[in-house]
Amino acid sequence: MEGNGFSRRTVLRAGALGAVASALPLVNVHGQNAGGKLSLGLWDHWVPAGNDAMRKIVMEWGQKNKVEIQLDFITSVGNKNLLTIAAESQAKQGHDVLSFPTWEVRAKADLLEPMDDVMGRLQQKYGELNPITEYLAKIEGKWHAVPAISGSQNKPALGRIDLLKQHAGLDIQAMYPASDKVGPGADNWTWDTFLKAAQACHKAGVPFGLPIGQFTDATDWIGSLFQAFNATLVNEKGDITVKSDGVRQVLDYAKRLCAVLPGDVFSWDDASNNRALISGKSALIFNPPSAWAVAKRDAPDVAKECWSFPAPAGANGRYTPYLPYFWGVWAFSKNKGAAKALIEYLSERDQAQAMVAASGGYDIPPFGSMTNFDTWETEGPPKGVVYNYPVRPQHNAKQFIACYPAPPETAVQMYNQAIQAKMIARVAQSGDSIDSAISWAQGELEGFSRG
Amino acid sequence: MSQGTLSAPTAPAVVSPHGTLRRLARRNSTTAFLLTLPLILLVLGLVVYPFLYALYLATLNKRMTKFIGLDNFTFLFSRQTFWDVVFQSVLFAVTAVVVKALIGFILAHVLHALPAKGQRKWRGMLLVPWVIPPAISTLAWWWLFDPSYSAFNWVLAGIGVDPVPWLGVPGWARFSVILVNVWYGSPFFMIMYLAALKSVPDQLYEAAAIDGATGWQRLRYVTFPMMRNIISITVLFSLIVTFANFDIVRILTNGGPLDTTHVFATYAFQVGIQSGDIPLGATVSLFMFPLLAVFAIFILRGVNRRNKEMA
Repeated sequence: MEGNGFSRRTVLRAGALGAVASALPLVNVHGQNAGGKLSLGLWDHWVPAGNDAMRKIVMEWGQKNKVEIQLDFITSVGNKNLLTIAAESQAKQGHDVLSFPTWEVRAKADLLEPMDDVMGRLQQKYGELNPITEYLAKIEGKWHAVPAISGSQNKPALGRIDLLKQHAGLDIQAMYPASDKVGPGADNWTWDTFLKAAQACHKAGVPFGLPIGQFTDATDWIGSLFQAFNATLVNEKGDITVKSDGVRQVLDYAKRLCAVLPGDVFSWDDASNNRALISGKSALIFNPPSAWAVAKRDAPDVAKECWSFPAPAGANGRYTPYLPYFWGVWAFSKNKGAAKALIEYLSERDQAQAMVAASGGYDIPPFGSMTNFDTWETEGPPKGVVYNYPVRPQHNAKQFIACYPAPPETAVQMYNQAIQAKMIARVAQSGDSIDSAISWAQGELEGFSRG
Repeated sequence: MSQGTLSAPTAPAVVSPHGTLRRLARRNSTTAFLLTLPLILLVLGLVVYPFLYALYLATLNKRMTKFIGLDNFTFLFSRQTFWDVVFQSVLFAVTAVVVKALIGFILAHVLHALPAKGQRKWRGMLLVPWVIPPAISTLAWWWLFDPSYSAFNWVLAGIGVDPVPWLGVPGWARFSVILVNVWYGSPFFMIMYLAALKSVPDQLYEAAAIDGATGWQRLRYVTFPMMRNIISITVLFSLIVTFANFDIVRILTNGGPLDTTHVFATYAFQVGIQSGDIPLGATVSLFMFPLLAVFAIFILRGVNRRNKEMA
């Protein structure tokens, strides 16, 4: 050792510095007087207060770290966020950080900076993530984006306490109270019970508001219905499995369900179901609490009778529709260190809690350990209306994205072209036989699966 | 001979009037070129380059990492949905343009017959649909067609008629998107035809009147022949715009129900941008080109023939 120029103390100091440097990703940013510029294109929140809260968090971080922030909120209305992503990926320039909707991380993975370091630290701190985020953003073992809090949403059932009790005999508040246990009737909350309730509410003139068009609200609840019946159209290997008993059963079920839905559900968009609930014409929809939030403002009598609770269960389990957003850093970003540091900061518990509070409970963090924020317990009226909006252990449910587990390159086409909703429409609206709908889907799926 | 050729006296360098004119013409063409250069650059940048880029994209695989030649085209040819989109695009564009032309023709004649004093007021009002941005007016139409709260259905209910599923059934949905396009585009035809009507010399009508022509005969043998070129050009222009329509279908039906209202642009958007297959989306959009080329060839050939006859 003698004569090599390194003392034991020097080696230890270097090792300690290295360990600290690797454990503190912010060191590059914090340690600098000027952290450069960072351009962000984040999702334009449905809830106006969501943007304000996000701006405050980001700007505070920028000031603290001497990073000049340029923050744009890009709306998903008219798919402007998709257009921005497509344009920036083609031009290979634009924002440093973008919010990526559900399927976009996979599509642009080659152009996204790996985020394993950030995800490793976050997982170490906050525990398990839901597997859907992994399916969508972990590609060939590498995370290409970080599951975002802002914009990520569940779409459980949002029902009318009074109407469901009166017409269907379901006490949804008792079944799923705002506490860590379930009540009587929860065990029997299945798609069969759901159909009986739908029939009763239809008879009473307040039918369930379930869209079956080509918009995401339709695709999401239908995806969970299919999964509950084990009706997988394409398996994880990419094999087409549409010719199955599960698919036949779910189509038969959907046909009976459609008979007691409003006749125009095949043309409903993402706002139609909200309007059905808010106007008092419907006893149940599948939606985030945004419908309740609008009702609180415009129809308080309706809002105080609303309650979020899990989707029904089928033979294959209970699945809550889930639609996550992601934060990603372009590989061509000029300030990747700061971009990653900011995303990590945004994903921390305090910031997640602030975003959930600002959005009235709308945003769903990806970590199971972050489903215990006060907001979901205290929001109302009625108090606890969104307590069961995040998936909780007592729900015995899984978050689910329609078309899972098909390879994402195929699933994105199935999802956006609403193949499951179209199968139902063929059977229930056009009067096709179940076999004919399955044959049609087989042809479409072969097309989606091409390389 | 060669000697003679070599020793031939050189012509004096006299500036002939022809040469000067030629140079002047050249200078004029240079000026004209410079004046049109901004437009040429715009066309190159916003039409030619995107078209060539779309051609390039159409030859790539889904991930845009590999050249696959014409595979995207052959794939589309094998898809029933694509052929449905072709049918719907043609149905949408041709029906809408024919109806727009008819309504525009009638409105132009009605306006032309009005006294000059009141004409301006009516002309202004009839142009309103055309000057409102279509994305906004289509949203208003969407409210009228709304599945659950349709204003039309509210009126129908008032007279005891069952509600119409405007956007929920293929036939009605196709009717609705065509109706909105007709509402939006008819004023364009009206104003073009009105301008054409005003350019027909009064002497022709006077001569026809002396010959004892009826109103129909004046329309058939005077007005219509004088308007044929403008009708052709207007129809062609409208066909191009209607074929490429996006906002009306996108806002009203999103291509549904069961893809029965998709046109090229909305289907290309769904496949390319929403479903992450940009090469296939580009391929879909390129199919507008040959179809429009066929229409353009037939229509422009007719215009040229008539121009030659008149010359």
